[in-house]
Amino acid sequence: MDAILLQILNGLDKGSAYALIALGLTLIFGTLGVVNFAHGALFMIGAFCSVTVQRILTLSTETLSETEKDFLGNPLKVKTPIVENWFGPEAGAAIIDWSVPLAILFAIPVMLLIGFIMERGLIKHFYKRPHADQILVTFGLAIVMQEVIKYFYGANPIPTPAPSAFTGSFNFATLFGMEGSLYYPYWRLVYFGFSAVIIGAVFAFLQFTTFGMVVRAGMADRETVGLLGIDIDRRFTIMFGIAAAVAGLAGVMYAPINSPNYHMGMDFLVLSFVVVVVGGMGSLPGAVLAGFLLGILESLASMNEVKAIIPGIDQIIIYVVAIIILLTRPRGLMGRKGVMEE
Amino acid sequence: MFGLGKRDTSLLMIVAIMALLAPFILNPFPEGSAMAQFNAGYPDLMQRFVIFGIFAIGFNILFGLTGYLSFGHAAFLGIGSYAVVWMYKLLDYNIVPGLFLAVIVSGIFALAIGYISLRRSGIYFSILTLAFAQMMFAISYSDLLGRFFGTSITNGETGLQVYTSDPQILIDDWESVPHLFGIVEMRSTYTLDMGAWSFDFNAGYYFCAIVMLLMFYLAIRIFRSPFGMMLRAVKSNQQRMNYTGLNTRPYTLAAFVISGMYAGLAGGLLASMDPLAGAERMQWTASGEVVLMTILGGAGTLIGPVLGAGFIKYFENIFAKINDNVLHSWFAFLPDGIEDFMVTLVHPFVGKGWHLTLGLLFMAVVIFLPGGLVEGGQRVAKLFKRKKPSDDTPDGKTTPAE
Repeated sequence: MDAILLQILNGLDKGSAYALIALGLTLIFGTLGVVNFAHGALFMIGAFCSVTVQRILTLSTETLSETEKDFLGNPLKVKTPIVENWFGPEAGAAIIDWSVPLAILFAIPVMLLIGFIMERGLIKHFYKRPHADQILVTFGLAIVMQEVIKYFYGANPIPTPAPSAFTGSFNFATLFGMEGSLYYPYWRLVYFGFSAVIIGAVFAFLQFTTFGMVVRAGMADRETVGLLGIDIDRRFTIMFGIAAAVAGLAGVMYAPINSPNYHMGMDFLVLSFVVVVVGGMGSLPGAVLAGFLLGILESLASMNEVKAIIPGIDQIIIYVVAIIILLTRPRGLMGRKGVMEE
Repeated sequence: MFGLGKRDTSLLMIVAIMALLAPFILNPFPEGSAMAQFNAGYPDLMQRFVIFGIFAIGFNILFGLTGYLSFGHAAFLGIGSYAVVWMYKLLDYNIVPGLFLAVIVSGIFALAIGYISLRRSGIYFSILTLAFAQMMFAISYSDLLGRFFGTSITNGETGLQVYTSDPQILIDDWESVPHLFGIVEMRSTYTLDMGAWSFDFNAGYYFCAIVMLLMFYLAIRIFRSPFGMMLRAVKSNQQRMNYTGLNTRPYTLAAFVISGMYAGLAGGLLASMDPLAGAERMQWTASGEVVLMTILGGAGTLIGPVLGAGFIKYFENIFAKINDNVLHSWFAFLPDGIEDFMVTLVHPFVGKGWHLTLGLLFMAVVIFLPGGLVEGGQRVAKLFKRKKPSDDTPDGKTTPAE
């Protein structure tokens, strides 16, 4: 029982990442009808926003220490981060410690901007082209983004620690009044909570604002909304930016869980596409549901008890489930009629 | 000739001559000269040219003709390699039984995967094939099959290779490398020195080249056949085909199986040249690579995929070798400051960064030249053709001056 609960918890954080990326993919697909293979790269860029903020905050000045000497008797060089000079040593250290959450503030405008540029500069010209062309050009873009990041940050994963307040683990057993121990890292809980907030915010935005209402109307019938004199293209551009920001934020907060490297986006992209297709192309709740479902399923399959029955099932479970679902429910779990049915 | 039209015959002839004279054509620079590093006439790279040419020709039969974009073709490449290495392990180092097995096994897998994937079209098809390929990659990478059979089938991340403890029931004493019925070893190379030049004639390369020519011929026949016409009709409007009461599924499935078999053959040849098979050959980046090759060369054209495969493999090997020293020697004629500036400007795009160049190039091709290199060539040819009549026949169709 404990083990199952732990695996469900483990599945939640991976599922959160899947759900966030799939949500963005679906937003883009539902509004613009574009299949974005560069979405994984946006997630990766988000993770590198964390790295960038951490590097900026730890920019240091070098001074000669007055008190400390090295073994030859020369004064030691001491590096002091600039923020510590500005805000004093304690506040400065705290700011550096909290660099990952602070990176959210940095990532939102950056990702929105990247999204706008991508849509206006490239994707716009591909609305009328076949889906294969859209896949290909965004695939090319993903390669380019990856290589640019690799050029500036190198090929090795860059450890990006979470704030020290969240480094420990939380014992769930005490919470549920159970015997034994059920440890779960704090940061993963934070990640789950964070993604729940983002998902909730996106849904609330679409459901309760006039802007969201127009976007939903546009998703249902783009032409009619255009005929009503609403500039739907501009709103869809903004939605593209928001989708990029959602992927980026998923990446920012994921950095402490997995050290960012330049190809992490590609690894996530394949699975996110599977998630989107399982959830149903163009269905936002479907994407979120399928994301958590597949994430939890994946970690349940990696339990030793399951692996004893079917060895290696954890590696292929997602694909097997995806294939079965697509064959039995061709539109996915919550797919709408008429979306992507040539 | 061979049941081909005039143009197709001459195309086949040109490709044949190019392939057979490749050791000369690809080594235009004398040994030891500054340009010698751009020579591509060494056996390993030449083999890759033709093998990936086969892979791309096969992929083009599916994507170029029917428009179904498979993102999982590398799975068949891997299956082909595993089949050949297994034949080494069970029989001996003769490559022929392995190649037959590679084609058959990859055909069976293609039939199963195609039967399921082709029930959906468009993006769903791409993702289903991607999911299947990733599943096969995971299976072979962690050797799941081996755990069921009790013996290693794919040998996990180490990759499959031949050990002396393997049964090899047909093996003779002299056999230690892949060969063709004992007539010739795949790695044997005859080097011809002509003054400053030296040319390598590799048995393995010529074997692959002949297979490639056969496969190219087969592809031409498929393109020109009523079957090929049917596949093109599927691409242009599948719905209309269905309305006329025609079931298109068998045709697309046949195309999928044929292209899977091509990929299996290519994978088998890879293992014939180098008796190893690894799971990384099945990874989805490898599937992406063949898509790149086909699009870059020109999807739906005969020669395009071969060009694209050669282009990408050439730059992968040659571009990647350009380092800062080479760049400095190129720009040495410029003043120092400008030289350094040029080197730093070009540096991100060559050497390890060549993937960046590839990505940019690929995007440019998809955006501006959807027909790939072939369309580019046609456009250039058109430019010259258009000029000619206006020069020679001034009384022809020209816009009158006002």
